[in-house]
Amino acid sequence: MPAKPETIAALQAKFAGFSVSEFRGDTRFAVPKDSLLTVMQHLKSDGKFDLLVDVTCVDYLNYRDARDRFGLVYLLANTITNERLTVRCFLNEPDLTVPSMVPLWGGSNWLEREVYDMFGIIFDGHPDLRRILMPDEFAAFPLRKDYPLQGRGERHNFPVLKRNQA
Amino acid sequence: MAIELPDNVVVTKLDELASWCRKNSLWPMPFATACCGIELMATGASRHDLARFGAEVFRFSPRQCDLMIVAGRVVMKMLPVLQRIWQQMHEPKWCISMGACASTGGVFDTYCVVQGIDRFIPVDMYVPGCPPRPEQLIQAIIDLQDKIQREGTISGAEFETAQRQMTKRALQELPMYGRA
Repeated sequence: MPAKPETIAALQAKFAGFSVSEFRGDTRFAVPKDSLLTVMQHLKSDGKFDLLVDVTCVDYLNYRDARDRFGLVYLLANTITNERLTVRCFLNEPDLTVPSMVPLWGGSNWLEREVYDMFGIIFDGHPDLRRILMPDEFAAFPLRKDYPLQGRGERHNFPVLKRNQA
Repeated sequence: MAIELPDNVVVTKLDELASWCRKNSLWPMPFATACCGIELMATGASRHDLARFGAEVFRFSPRQCDLMIVAGRVVMKMLPVLQRIWQQMHEPKWCISMGACASTGGVFDTYCVVQGIDRFIPVDMYVPGCPPRPEQLIQAIIDLQDKIQREGTISGAEFETAQRQMTKRALQELPMYGRA
């Protein structure tokens, strides 16, 4: 369910200047990086968005009409009123550090680890930021658009065992 | 009047006996990572019973098995584990690569899936399919039994031959699609 008009109005009153838009039943709220933590704290305490559904990222490297390279997506839900809200935060290289949401929502621990593993976004204040899907010594960020689908040879970089080798 | 026997008839008969014993009691080590594992379980269940071919128990300890059935795609994070399990199995040991993903990487030509475990493990039998039907896996086990009977020796010398020591396929990388 999209966010109720009262919620949107309250958000626009508090954070004037940040754009709120709606698309096919989903309400999204674009926030610049510096005020991300304030907005999220407000959304959790006053807006009562108590469930962080997902954290993910989009790489707009070859997208036409793109202004920024990475777009972080936070999907929030209010379990009392059944409202859902999408918070977008756009990032550019070389400054890919974002405050971590782990103090607010505990579920963001592994979600942020996945975004770090796949895109390379550093989450400031995360208690345990390391790779979660790829091996720890993997040297690249696979879901970026400049990483090829077949990889750069890491998948076959292992010793070969022949017959009768112990 | 003594019957003229060739010199090594005792050895060949011993080889045949040993191969017969080994082929009829192949205990599988199920290395089931993905969907083919379900078909492997189905093959071991009652309708297509693998136990009638001697694969009586699916021991999950590599120390007690002689046949490793790799069922399912193997990712690069899992490959060292696969190699370690293979090394822990006792000789003589054989490997069946079950399904398209274990044989060639299947539909997953991605940065994390190994394109065929025979690049890193010596494989004896490949079963195509996605997933292969239980009857196909049983046919693979029967074919492996024929191979063991044909080539088996009591001392495991068949694993020393140059043809068995060759790396199974040329380790050439296929061209990368898309941007590098």
